[in-house]
Amino acid sequence: MSGETLVRVEDLRVHFPITSGVVFQRKVGAVYAVDGLTFDVLRGETLGLVGESGCGKSTTGRAILQLIRPTTGRVLYEGGDLANLKGNKLRQQRKRMQMIFQDPYASLNSRMTIGDIIGEPLLVHKMGSKAERKAKVRELLETVGINPNTLNRYPHEFSGGQRQRIGIARALAVEPNFIVCDEPISALDVSIRAQIINLLQQLQREFGLTYLFIAHDLSVVRHISDRVAVMYLGRVVELAENAVLYEQPMHPYTQALLSAVPIPDPEAEERRRPVVLTGDVPSPVEPPSGCHFHTRCPAAQDGLCDVEDPELKEVRPGHWAACHLITGGTYPHIRAGEDDLAVVAGGGEAA
Amino acid sequence: MSPNDMGHGYDKMIHGLEPETEIDLGLGSTTSGASEIGTAIGAAGMWSPDALLIEHRSLWGEIWRRFRRDKFAMVGVVAIIILVLVALLAPWIAPHDPTKQYDEGLTMQGMPVGPSHEFWLGTDTLGRDLLSRLMYGARVSLVVGVLANGFALVLGVIFGLTAGYFRGATETFLMRTTDVMMAFPIILLAVALVSVLKPSIWILILVIGIVYWTPMTRVIHGEVLSIREKEFVDAARLTGCTNRRILVRHILPHLVAVILVYTSLGLATTILFEATLSYIGLGIQPPTPSWGQMISEGQSYYLSAPHLVIYPGLAIMITVLAFNLVGDGLRDAFDPQQRRR
Repeated sequence: MSGETLVRVEDLRVHFPITSGVVFQRKVGAVYAVDGLTFDVLRGETLGLVGESGCGKSTTGRAILQLIRPTTGRVLYEGGDLANLKGNKLRQQRKRMQMIFQDPYASLNSRMTIGDIIGEPLLVHKMGSKAERKAKVRELLETVGINPNTLNRYPHEFSGGQRQRIGIARALAVEPNFIVCDEPISALDVSIRAQIINLLQQLQREFGLTYLFIAHDLSVVRHISDRVAVMYLGRVVELAENAVLYEQPMHPYTQALLSAVPIPDPEAEERRRPVVLTGDVPSPVEPPSGCHFHTRCPAAQDGLCDVEDPELKEVRPGHWAACHLITGGTYPHIRAGEDDLAVVAGGGEAA
Repeated sequence: MSPNDMGHGYDKMIHGLEPETEIDLGLGSTTSGASEIGTAIGAAGMWSPDALLIEHRSLWGEIWRRFRRDKFAMVGVVAIIILVLVALLAPWIAPHDPTKQYDEGLTMQGMPVGPSHEFWLGTDTLGRDLLSRLMYGARVSLVVGVLANGFALVLGVIFGLTAGYFRGATETFLMRTTDVMMAFPIILLAVALVSVLKPSIWILILVIGIVYWTPMTRVIHGEVLSIREKEFVDAARLTGCTNRRILVRHILPHLVAVILVYTSLGLATTILFEATLSYIGLGIQPPTPSWGQMISEGQSYYLSAPHLVIYPGLAIMITVLAFNLVGDGLRDAFDPQQRRR
């Protein structure tokens, strides 16, 4: 990892309008799916993006790749803003970044052979002659571990894991630098997941790929990521290097999230006391004022957390968090008490 | 990251489970220095040639298999085949000239004669052979049905695709226009159009097409709305496909099922509509025979010579039923989830 920024996301917002009316549509509200995101993806790293369902993880991935146009904000790829690009210029940039989708059944066109599916990026970008493209498709299939002789088959003739490999081959066809992996393994059988993860890691080493790895499975993210960003209701609440985030989470939400991860050791699991947050995730249609998490945060302070938006600030070198209560090296330490959640005030001393 | 600090057991899974049908990925030492796609695993030899023998089961083969099992649909297919053959071969197999008025075709009182050795189904009010007229009438029904329906289909696909894919103002305009068109009483609209323009078979096709593009547009529009949200469309956009390519290569092929089903159901409707217009005198002009027109001419004799109304009526009924049966069969064949009879 060189530490150089490849993709920079600046104050990204994606608001989906809620409209009413048949002919003349009035905007009556909005879903604030992504509401002010800022982070960097460094060249060659895997940045994990975790959060509960509906917190805007996938929307973020899609907005970065301009599949959903951001409402405001910038997405800089090697310094150039993608959000302004249109038509052909955008199509050219798409050679540099690709996506691996969640559902291997929906992400392959069932009416095309896998050879056509993988060869299509080469065709639309006019890369090579017909024979060269075919050779490249065979190469790609081998790279991802699919028999190249099957290129005339249709997607329904493959298993979920194989389809995901085909999707990966398609993403690799244009030789991108940056790949958004949108929950690439959550639709797969548990026994297949490890293989796909291994394949992704191997490809990263070989081609120097940069991943934005979106997932809700914290163990997988821990395994594959160099750094991890935690999202809550459209915002990043904490971002740090893998080991730091998992060992010493500072944001109350991250602490609660991590305590929910089961431990595959029956005795340790017996002693584990998960922090159970009360209530549901608020609706992104009407996100809470101030810190989005204050409605469920055991450490929230009236008059501060429900009023002021916390800024994502660097609380220690390389460790970013958005919480008012993290000051001067101390942070609220959330623990599960006998009956209820307890906050050990200023309990954590940042080492 | 070392696997030791995992602590969540995931590493165990990754190292432990490698089914033998899959190659060992990622953990091997074969990857040193390989930087070009394809050289990484580079062991094509490990694929046994037996793998090529996996039976290929095509999508269309499956649909055909399900369709063939549907007895009603097969009856419809047979009826349509017979109908098409009769229409095509009418000049050779018709026993008489359909427009010739035979002297022996009328009784002394000027009444049509019943079925006889000479005129198998009897004659009409002008002494013309009914069977020959029915055979030639099949040509009109099929030509008008197919062409009018094809015209409606082309309009429906273009409007439905455009509205469903591009959304926004285009969609609002096209779909509201469709709603307005649907709110029109269609027979009245067709009557108005035909009476302004000079009635001819081409005008008839045009008018029926214009009247019937709306249901097709709606169906295609709805279908496109669901297809465009599928991940493979996003994937196509990401690979750099143009809108045109996405529409033609990725969305249109998924509309084939719905187009086939609605075309066969639509054919029944258009054939019936042609008969209706001809019945009220705005369709096919005499002396060219058409089923609707034959019913109209024979209806005042329905007590003395009921065969004049019954046979063309039966022809219309069988044709419409056949297309409906095929349409229903296709719909079932394309939708395997649906419970079968």
